[in-house]
Amino acid sequence: MLSKKQARTFFLGGTVVTFLIFIGLTIYSFSKEQDQSNYENITEQVVRGKQLWEANNCMGCHTILGEGAYYAPELTKVIDRRGKGYIKAVLTTPNAWAPNGRKMVAYGFSDEEAEDLIAFFDWIDDIDLNGFDTVVSPLAKDKTNN
Amino acid sequence: MKYRSQKVAYWFFALSMLLLVLQLAYGFIMGFARVGLDGLHDFIPFNTARAVHTNLLVVWLLSGFMGAAYYIIPEEAQRELVNVKLAYVQLISLALVGVAAIIGYHFNWWEGRKFLEIPRQLDYLVVVNVLLFLGLILVTLFKGKRRTTTALVLSMGLLFAALLYLPGMLPFDSQVMDSFFRWWVVHLWVEGVWELIMGGILSFLLIKLTGVDREVIEKWLYVIVGLTFLSGVLGTGHHYYYIGVNKIWLIVGGIFSALEPLAFLAMALFAVNMYRKGEKRHPNKLALFWTLGAAIVSFLGAGLLGFAHTLPQTNLYTHGTLVTAMHGHLAFWGAYAMIVLAIISYSMPNMTGRKLYLSARGRAAFWLSNIGMIGMTVAFGVAGVAQVYLERKFKMEFMQVQNEISIHFVVLLICAAVLTFGIALYIIDFIKHGKPTDQALEPSTIQ
Repeated sequence: MLSKKQARTFFLGGTVVTFLIFIGLTIYSFSKEQDQSNYENITEQVVRGKQLWEANNCMGCHTILGEGAYYAPELTKVIDRRGKGYIKAVLTTPNAWAPNGRKMVAYGFSDEEAEDLIAFFDWIDDIDLNGFDTVVSPLAKDKTNN
Repeated sequence: MKYRSQKVAYWFFALSMLLLVLQLAYGFIMGFARVGLDGLHDFIPFNTARAVHTNLLVVWLLSGFMGAAYYIIPEEAQRELVNVKLAYVQLISLALVGVAAIIGYHFNWWEGRKFLEIPRQLDYLVVVNVLLFLGLILVTLFKGKRRTTTALVLSMGLLFAALLYLPGMLPFDSQVMDSFFRWWVVHLWVEGVWELIMGGILSFLLIKLTGVDREVIEKWLYVIVGLTFLSGVLGTGHHYYYIGVNKIWLIVGGIFSALEPLAFLAMALFAVNMYRKGEKRHPNKLALFWTLGAAIVSFLGAGLLGFAHTLPQTNLYTHGTLVTAMHGHLAFWGAYAMIVLAIISYSMPNMTGRKLYLSARGRAAFWLSNIGMIGMTVAFGVAGVAQVYLERKFKMEFMQVQNEISIHFVVLLICAAVLTFGIALYIIDFIKHGKPTDQALEPSTIQ
């Protein structure tokens, strides 16, 4: 029968081994050859867009890369689906609005800020998502099928 | 209660109750918004309500864990807490940081990163607060007459939880890396080190309530937390399938997260078996209800419902849908909310001397809150599955789908009302216990 000492060894040993593997896999997945996060295409404009995304807690309603709050649409591949003109209009309007009945805060971003956010979405769209993009965007699916 | 300083736990529990009430209120704001009743939108838009709702959950659970530690550690270490005044300073500073963060969310002051919305300036205060807490707990343990496995596991959980807060403070330009390391905090907390805290509290309660030999309980505690880490650390990979990192995580995350329910199953079997084995019949049946309930419901919510969408083939469709909300609600409720409510139910009569555990109100609180939460989980689940099919399979527009599934949020609100009624009864019980008193000290310890 298992002794308390053996149980403790199982706990400590298992934890150390799995954590080391975890660190190793983390290093592996961000190594240059394996990286698929589109890191090399991050520009200053994309970073500004990300900062706006965070400063306004867009993730508190929307999802991006499938992460967020499920109250408003997924924004991965949103440029494919809606086009830049529509997105810019949404971001810059100062008027309260409710697309299909659900209210969105009217942020009234400047032209430049809207462009920053669009650059951020554009950058997101070129990340290799292991197939998730084909699920959230009908257009991406068509592209894959062709 | 055996030591005077254990009374400090009461105030942490009281803070927990207050924040729980607020959490429920913000949950209702979101629920009503989802059925179109969004009159508060101009003052409390959905993203504010959501950040407040989830952060209040984290803070009331942490306050509950801290209270549990202040109650358990002196008893396990067999000495008074090293400094009670500092414990009160820690309590007040925790409350102030929490309140500042929540008020800030109403004025667009946040980081906008799911679950880690607390602004960077306040992050540093959180770190100082937690260091103070850990200092008090660890020094008490170090100076204590004995160091039990239960106390060590609980303290290790609290220490690692503090350390794992740090990766969440690293700044990244890439959304992918941001997300990747955010899960180091969130996943490794809730599916890792928080389970050590839960295991430590569970072990303490089982020792007290069942009378089973400490050696037996603590041996199995090691096995359970061992299983937790063995599956949970690499199980983090289930958050990495579709966020822009290597496909290796589909395999690693898939295999190890599929093993995660085993740890919760072991925990449930452990608790039920210890109860059956125990010859002691502790009169505080209510604490036993919450203790066994936590072990069983965490298996359902965190184990089974987590497994339901953890395989990459399923998660491809469920990732970023209400299916996650289904799992999240029952998992947090079973694993963490119920264990905090269990330690409160156990310790309140000991701290106040009022033995209210025979009241029908306490039992009604247990059943109503559980039935309400299970109902909410079913409502989220039906809405989530419908969303997956309509939006992801049939490619319907997001809002068209939301309108189709809004009826499930009416059901959600009704079930949330049942949950709230249960929690209200629990809080009435809490208040009726009154304040902790030295008169409740066990005779053997009064000098």
